[in-house]
Amino acid sequence: MMSSNTASSSAAVAGSADSAAPRRNSKKPKYSRFTQQELPACKPILTPRWVISAFLLVSVVFIPIGVASLFASRDVVEIVDRYDNDCIPDNTTDKVNYIQTPGDKSCNRSITVPKRMKQPIYVYYQLDNFYQNHRRYVKSRSDAQLRDNSSASDTSSCKPEDTYNGKIIVPCGLIAWSLFNDTYSFSRNSSQLNVNKKDISWKSDREHKFGSDVYPSNFQSNDTVIGGASLNSSIPLSQQEDLIVWMRTAALPTFRKLYGRIEVDLEPNDVISVTLQNNYNTYSFNGKKKLVLSTTSWLGGKNDFLGIAYLTVGGLCFFLALVFTLVYLVKPRRLGDPSYLSWNRNPGGH
Amino acid sequence: MKRYVYINDDESARDLYCDNCISNRKYTLLNFIPKNLWEQFSRFMNQYFLLIACLQLWPLITPVNPASTWGPLIFIFAVSATKEAWDDYNRYLSDKKANEKEVWVVMHGIRKLVQAQDIHVGNIIWLRENDEVPCDLVLIGTSDPQGVCYIETAALDGETDLKTRVIPSACMGIDSELLHKIKGVIECPSPDKDIRRFDANLRLFPPFLDNDVCPLTIKNTILQSCYLRNTEWACGVAVYTGNETKLGMCRGIPEPKLTAMDAMIDKLTGAIFVFQIVVVIVLGIAGNVWKDTEARKQWYVKYPEESPWFELLIIPLRFELLCSIMIPISIKVSLDLVKSLYAKFIDWDNEMIDQETGTPSHATNTAISEDLGQVEYILTDKTGTLTENKMIFRRCCINGVFYGNDSGDALKDVELHNAVSSRSPDVIHFLTVMAICNTVIPMKTKTGDIFYKAQSQDEDALVHAAARLHMVFVNKNANILEIKFNGSTIQYEVLETLEFTSDRKRMSVVVKDCQNGKILLLTKGADEAILPIACPGQQTRAFFEAVEQYSQLGLRTLCLAWRQLKEDEYEEWSLLFKEANSTLVDREWRIAEVCQRLEHDLEILGVTAIEDRLQDGVPETIEALRKAGINFWMLTGDKQNTAIQIALSCNFISPEPKGQLLLIDGKTEDEVRQSLERVLLTMRITTSEPKDVAFVVDGWALEIALKYYRKAFTELAILSRTAICCRVTPSQKAQLVELLKSCDYRTLAIGDGGNDVRMIQQADIGVGISGREGLQAARAADYSIGKFRFLKRLILVHGRYSYNRTAFLSQYSFYKSLLICFIQIFFSFISGVSGTSLFNSLSLMAYNVFYTSIPVLVSVLDKDLSEETVMQHPQILFYCQAGRLLNPSTFAGWFGRSLFHAIVVFVISIHAYAYEKSEMDEVSMVALSGCIWLQAFVVTLETNSFTILQCIAIWGNLASFYFINWIFSAIPSSGMYTIMFRLCRQPSYWTTVFLIVAAGMGPILALKYFRYTYRPSKINILQQAERLGGPILSLGSIEPQPRPILEKEVSPLSITQPKNRNPVYEPLLSDSPNTRRSFGSGAPFDFFQTQSRLSSSYSRNKDN
Repeated sequence: MMSSNTASSSAAVAGSADSAAPRRNSKKPKYSRFTQQELPACKPILTPRWVISAFLLVSVVFIPIGVASLFASRDVVEIVDRYDNDCIPDNTTDKVNYIQTPGDKSCNRSITVPKRMKQPIYVYYQLDNFYQNHRRYVKSRSDAQLRDNSSASDTSSCKPEDTYNGKIIVPCGLIAWSLFNDTYSFSRNSSQLNVNKKDISWKSDREHKFGSDVYPSNFQSNDTVIGGASLNSSIPLSQQEDLIVWMRTAALPTFRKLYGRIEVDLEPNDVISVTLQNNYNTYSFNGKKKLVLSTTSWLGGKNDFLGIAYLTVGGLCFFLALVFTLVYLVKPRRLGDPSYLSWNRNPGGH
Repeated sequence: MKRYVYINDDESARDLYCDNCISNRKYTLLNFIPKNLWEQFSRFMNQYFLLIACLQLWPLITPVNPASTWGPLIFIFAVSATKEAWDDYNRYLSDKKANEKEVWVVMHGIRKLVQAQDIHVGNIIWLRENDEVPCDLVLIGTSDPQGVCYIETAALDGETDLKTRVIPSACMGIDSELLHKIKGVIECPSPDKDIRRFDANLRLFPPFLDNDVCPLTIKNTILQSCYLRNTEWACGVAVYTGNETKLGMCRGIPEPKLTAMDAMIDKLTGAIFVFQIVVVIVLGIAGNVWKDTEARKQWYVKYPEESPWFELLIIPLRFELLCSIMIPISIKVSLDLVKSLYAKFIDWDNEMIDQETGTPSHATNTAISEDLGQVEYILTDKTGTLTENKMIFRRCCINGVFYGNDSGDALKDVELHNAVSSRSPDVIHFLTVMAICNTVIPMKTKTGDIFYKAQSQDEDALVHAAARLHMVFVNKNANILEIKFNGSTIQYEVLETLEFTSDRKRMSVVVKDCQNGKILLLTKGADEAILPIACPGQQTRAFFEAVEQYSQLGLRTLCLAWRQLKEDEYEEWSLLFKEANSTLVDREWRIAEVCQRLEHDLEILGVTAIEDRLQDGVPETIEALRKAGINFWMLTGDKQNTAIQIALSCNFISPEPKGQLLLIDGKTEDEVRQSLERVLLTMRITTSEPKDVAFVVDGWALEIALKYYRKAFTELAILSRTAICCRVTPSQKAQLVELLKSCDYRTLAIGDGGNDVRMIQQADIGVGISGREGLQAARAADYSIGKFRFLKRLILVHGRYSYNRTAFLSQYSFYKSLLICFIQIFFSFISGVSGTSLFNSLSLMAYNVFYTSIPVLVSVLDKDLSEETVMQHPQILFYCQAGRLLNPSTFAGWFGRSLFHAIVVFVISIHAYAYEKSEMDEVSMVALSGCIWLQAFVVTLETNSFTILQCIAIWGNLASFYFINWIFSAIPSSGMYTIMFRLCRQPSYWTTVFLIVAAGMGPILALKYFRYTYRPSKINILQQAERLGGPILSLGSIEPQPRPILEKEVSPLSITQPKNRNPVYEPLLSDSPNTRRSFGSGAPFDFFQTQSRLSSSYSRNKDN
């Protein structure tokens, strides 16, 4: 905002002077510090003291932050269970065929809690090697259709999942069509652990991006090509939270999406048994499916990257400051010594 | 081709020639859009962007909304189209004003007031005093009984004096009442652009006089845009109208000049373009391979089995669109914007205002300021450029007696005054020639004072000097001249004026003494044009010596001579002259030939010496610019000796033993070749020595050298830092510029007169001095300045800053575009090489147009060194000259920096925002924020001086980035609804951004600091010296020392000079050539010039 002000004011200066362009002999240019290029200016230079203290400052600030974020990340308890291979019966040779054949594909897993996990415990599913950011995929949606019942026919961007037998698909597009459809249920000590699937999507999405008057229709009605989950056509899209989460496309081929929250604390060595329906096809492209239970910290989930990076940068800055100081002490060099100017040394040389 | 103009014939010529409707417009209402678009699209860059924009309309391949290219493209087009339209509208308005101006025209025999645009060829037009002439007219009548009128031609050639125009002899004496009934035919050439020539004939039809053919010259015309002055009325026949007038033909759009920097930027753009194509091909192939191997397995992508024929092209085209931002669309607009600001800074500069006349400097060409910083050769005119062109009569030699030698001012010489009062006949004749052998017009002011309107400064000086010596030229009434000498009035009748031309180098008048009826030929001219035609008996030695002595002092000499003509001789010659005047072919040459028949056997009266003082600060300016590594050539029409003297006195060449002058001369090819070879040999030897070697060449030898020995002369031109070319013609000046340009040097030509116009237009940069010889040069030039000394500031301050700023701005533009493009490329590796854009359309568009262009635009205020430092160390200009700040290697640095920053931003963003946070919109905003933050720090690091505007622009821009994104995050329908609010609440967003800044800037700061401290460039050293305080005077040598010039400025320039010079002088006329000449012989080389003369250290490609 401020900068646009400046620009317009300087443009105005230029403009006004332009119109009153000094005609020969007629008008002397008006004196102002701007026109004379004499605006007061501060001209810092890279003195050793300045540079060394800048590096020191960075390291002093970064190392504590790095330690703090590393601790934050370490405090997060995370359980990752890869189940895509284990949930296929051992004798299956054609995994793709297995997953594409309808039928009961339930699978039981048991997870041991390593450390105390305070509620809320987030349940994610993680897909690897799944390109939600592929260009064909990421564009294949219609925001207008999702938002508003009246633009249901706005499916031009949804190809090839725009219509079925001439009837408009709601929600259209590849993203919705490929909705993840594995389901999980958890129990601890044979008592059901409730997974809260409410409010797992962004509030803004529920309220403004997915219409409360938009109902699924013709969705997944194509029997020949299996997509992902189907939707209950009596529930408006704004309450189909799994879809809303899924449609927030991930930028990376490895991503986690929120499945629900467990709102009780889990104690160490609790054994949690998971009953899951292994429906989603990741086998044709060697993708992995993982179930993730994780607590959270001020920095988010378990991710050491920031902490390590901060420590590295801070450490390097400290090292550089040290080196510069040493070099400065060992081999001081006068700044701005005119004798360095070659024309002050010998006319022919250099 | 000829045209026949039938005077006052209303019907015949009406359709033959155009009417007088002037049109300077480029466009009409109808053709504006197609024509303007066509012009804009003739630029390659625009074609490229149009192609990209069109491709984006294909939804299958476009990664982003087409608006992200169309928006800026249309904006840029609209800006330039608006500018064009505004200019054209202004032209239309001024045309309209001129066209609708009412003038008195004779139509069907009646005088009517009609609009100027309705004038047709052949119409008779009446003008009153102070009227502007609407078209080119041949005069047929004026209010003056002698048929004279006065016009001001300032708008045509910039000369501010009044010029006289006369009616043709055939129209003499026609009663003004009958003028509108006149009938006749004018035979004139087809329209051309020569405003000094009009070779035509007039024949009046009966009843008006006879059937004789009457010759017409330019003196009988008044041209469009002149003003009628001091004449009650005048009337003339329209011969050229509308856009076919001489002025209209002169008008033309000059070729736009391209700076070396623009060429370099174009080259780099080309390189980036090639790089882009390579990237597109590689990624396109990779994308197709990935598609066939991997994407078919990704069932959710649903690749169709059957694909159209262009399937293979789709992915490469997508990448082409994705990478199109590599070439910044905004660079052209940004550059145009800052260039016009550079030009404004020149216009505004208070230190470049000529205090005497109040003339500010002016940049006519706003596009080439950077070139000023890269000048390698300056070709300068002498008179009026180095000197003031304010002529003062200083000395004279009358019949062997020298006046003014003691005091330096003949007007104060008592002996001369005594001679005048004793009415010594020689002196009286001398003064008479001074007073009346000229084309000066005396004018009386209301108070009765006399002032003179003179075309040449020399004549003005002579007439003034004569007046001081009591020979006052009081009145010129048609052909009668009145002179007051000691109270008595003498009248002369001017019979003929034999005008000055640069070939003849002399002018004469034939006058009749009204007292005794004697006919006299009075001549003045250059010594070589007068002395050879002296009458055989006269001793001219004294005059030779006088000329010699005066030119040694750097004075301009004129020889005055006279001869009494016999009545019959004059009559006979007069017929010839009249005939020559009416020839249509080669008139000038014929006239010269006829004149020569009269100008012989002259009695030489004496020699005048006129001083043309050096302008203030010329030696300092030349010294500073030479230190800056700029080579100087002086091109003058003046005599060799005068030129050398001026050159010496303004530091152009050094006196012995430091300097050495080599002479190239000769009258024949052979002689010229020999001397050229000799000079070349000497040059080659001495280039290794710290010695100022200059060569001197005169026009004749130059002609031969350029014609036959171009190669050798070119080599000489490259070897020599200094040259003096004397007696050169305007076209030779232009040829020399051409020669240097062909050696790939950046040339700057500076001059003040009409004879410099061609050189100024030819050079890469033309600078005109808005001086006394009119504004012709200043108009033709790219820059006009009031005084020569402003050249130093123009080059060292404005040129250098412009270069530095543009170097930063252009490379930075590429850097920021490459940065975002690299990120897109990296992202494509994790998005299945499918051409997905990480950033949304809005961000991409705003990135180039807002986020990154404003901070860099204020870099036009950046100053790496203060003006004073640059002025004290002109050597620093070397960095600009050699293109050190913008070349492929500096560009490679910026390229590497953008690659590094792209890696930093990309790697950190995708790792910090991994797993559950890897939401597309969020990751894209994190990466974009990282880029914007890095931009701000990069600009900060690269800025040398921070003014308040820069701080506001850099940090305000960062703030406005958040502000704009918050606005978009608040709009539910936008793609990035709530994104920015969410991010700003996350600690991980801020930690990520700071990590990006630290990781991106740390190495760059460290590297820069290391270079700055341990491998500093000269600029860095001076920066450090300047800012660590204290005076920057280094070893005391760089300062311009108080020079002996000071003393000279008080007294006339040259009195102290000849004493300490070896008096080995060149003979006046180079009739004894072939002597290798130097001032003094074989003096031991001087090695004391340890400090400032860096002659060879700053030759083109040397020095670190």
